[in-house]
Amino acid sequence: MNLHEYQAKTLLQKYGIPVPRGQVISVAKQTPTVTSEIDSPAWVVKAQVHAGGRGKAGGVKVVKSTAEAQMVASELLGKTLVTYQNAPDGQPVNQVLIEETLPIARELYLSMLVDRSLERIVVVASSAGGMDIEEIAKVSPEKILQEVCSPLNGLVDYQARNLAFKLDLVGDQIGAFSRLLKGLYRLFKENDLALLEINPLIVTTEGKLFALDCKMSVDDNALYRQKALAEQRDWSQEDSKEAVAHHAGLNYIALNGNIGCMVNGAGLAMATMDLIKLHGGAPANFLDVGGGATAETVTKAFKIIMADPNVKAILVNIFGGIMRCDIIAEGIITAVKDVGMQIPVIVRLEGTNVELGKQMLQSSGLNIISADGLTDAAKQAVLSVA
Amino acid sequence: MSILVNSGTKVLCQGFTGKQGSFHSEQALAYGTKMVGGVTPGKGGQSHLALPVFNTMREAVKQTAATASVIYVPPAFAADSILEACDAGVGLIICITEGIPVLDMLNVKAALKANGARLIGPNCPGVITPDECKIGIMPGSIHLRGKVGIVSRSGTLTYEAVHQTTALKLGQSTCVGIGGDPIKGLNFIECLQMFEADTETEAIIMVGEIGGSDEEAAAEYIKSHISKPVAAYIAGQTAPAGKRMGHAGAIISGGSGKAADKIRALELAGAIVASSPAGLGESVLAAIKHKAG
Repeated sequence: MNLHEYQAKTLLQKYGIPVPRGQVISVAKQTPTVTSEIDSPAWVVKAQVHAGGRGKAGGVKVVKSTAEAQMVASELLGKTLVTYQNAPDGQPVNQVLIEETLPIARELYLSMLVDRSLERIVVVASSAGGMDIEEIAKVSPEKILQEVCSPLNGLVDYQARNLAFKLDLVGDQIGAFSRLLKGLYRLFKENDLALLEINPLIVTTEGKLFALDCKMSVDDNALYRQKALAEQRDWSQEDSKEAVAHHAGLNYIALNGNIGCMVNGAGLAMATMDLIKLHGGAPANFLDVGGGATAETVTKAFKIIMADPNVKAILVNIFGGIMRCDIIAEGIITAVKDVGMQIPVIVRLEGTNVELGKQMLQSSGLNIISADGLTDAAKQAVLSVA
Repeated sequence: MSILVNSGTKVLCQGFTGKQGSFHSEQALAYGTKMVGGVTPGKGGQSHLALPVFNTMREAVKQTAATASVIYVPPAFAADSILEACDAGVGLIICITEGIPVLDMLNVKAALKANGARLIGPNCPGVITPDECKIGIMPGSIHLRGKVGIVSRSGTLTYEAVHQTTALKLGQSTCVGIGGDPIKGLNFIECLQMFEADTETEAIIMVGEIGGSDEEAAAEYIKSHISKPVAAYIAGQTAPAGKRMGHAGAIISGGSGKAADKIRALELAGAIVASSPAGLGESVLAAIKHKAG
């Protein structure tokens, strides 16, 4: 789950990490109150969307007057911002963050994440801030610094100093950086973050450090114990069908094709999408119904798939496992009837009682095609939309 | 032979009296797995499925001399269960639970390393040596004892691999579902190493998916350490970047973790990579033929 920049910055402040003074608004006419409270030679108005590349997409603007700030805010609010990261659909701007501007001497990069191969929390830093880390890795990989945190001792002082010196920080900045880094580590752990990125971390002309921009995402598996963060989730930033599926307890990801997929198991669900593509079709979605493909879950899944107007056929691929195929077939038949399905439903079943299950599907009198195996299912599905 | 589990493996179940624990323990017993009891805190002294229930793992291991433990407890308590099994001296811990927070797993992995215990999972179907020992949620009936070792990040794709190798009468030596989480116990390399050393295993199927670089690391290992034929399949070629595809670990991020890179690495290592999940059986046959020729 991603947080907005303004939400992330509130958390940063809670952990003593300096951020520019700012305030988030959702109505443009609130602008004068903010600019009068935050005394600054200029302000920056930043669209709050869950995507990088906002600057280049016109979502971040420096303004010199209250009138200009209000004009930019009213332009951005209610607009759909399309950046290179969320193209082609973009995301709605429901809030803008208005902040003071600071005199920037240097831009650094700083992030924390869980490294899968090291199985540790890792701090990544670079003197080449302001650029994407992928870009830094490409252009000047030698500028990427890393410290690995042990689960026992966490992030310790010497590691912070290692980075501070390599980032060419001087004097008071060394201590300030160490405090900042240790605050971030505490924040990361206490809030079950999956990623924390400050880019850029600036050094002002007066030598002070500030987190100018910040991205945070929270480990979805930990949301049960991060209730305050879970409540901050902004569903408007996510695909509406995915949001509905999430609330129905289903794992659904929207894609651009016309063959809807309903599969048990994440791996098989991905493999089914790949199989459709391999046979010349295009999958409309990823959907894992999990182990218990009951009439109730299948009905829910059908409704979510059908909410996509592009879907012209549905491929159901279930490896029965411990659940018997006849029970699954019954569930599918009930769901097809309940939903009043008009388009063809191609079903591939495997597992215990598969013959009985297939027979039930074939004799249902509904628009259900019972396929023989994986390949046949994909071919039939592609054929049915041709 | 086989790897990890056999008819001598004595298994405890953590979360024994719960719905999942009960159902799958019953299935395991019916399959012939040597279940020796289970743990549900507060229910010690009772009997469940004609087996003893204990309050703690320490007590359970002391009384039963169990060598393995399978965990069916909710995600909020699963990390604690793994640590308890580890502390009780269980050598093989299988965690089926999906949804354990990543930061919990970092601490668990450090503890496992210190104690030398092996973990399978979490977020996995478990491990099975056909006709001897089934630990987990996989359907026992689709298996056939034989010569292919299977290791997979996905549950249902493991069943596909099993189903196809059974249909081809190749059968399986042992199947290990290593799970779909980013931080997990046994990985491809440890399983490949065990399959290479196992005399019954004649060929290996490995099923990977998008996210991370474990398949690339496995490819390097195959190149230098595996003499047996290897077939592979990677799921998620059509998966969009930046989206978590069901499994916590299945995500392409920052340009890494793509299926195409994994497939290329495995092909360069000499594995036969199936283009379709329906081609796993044929690919392992082709790999066997290729090595023999």
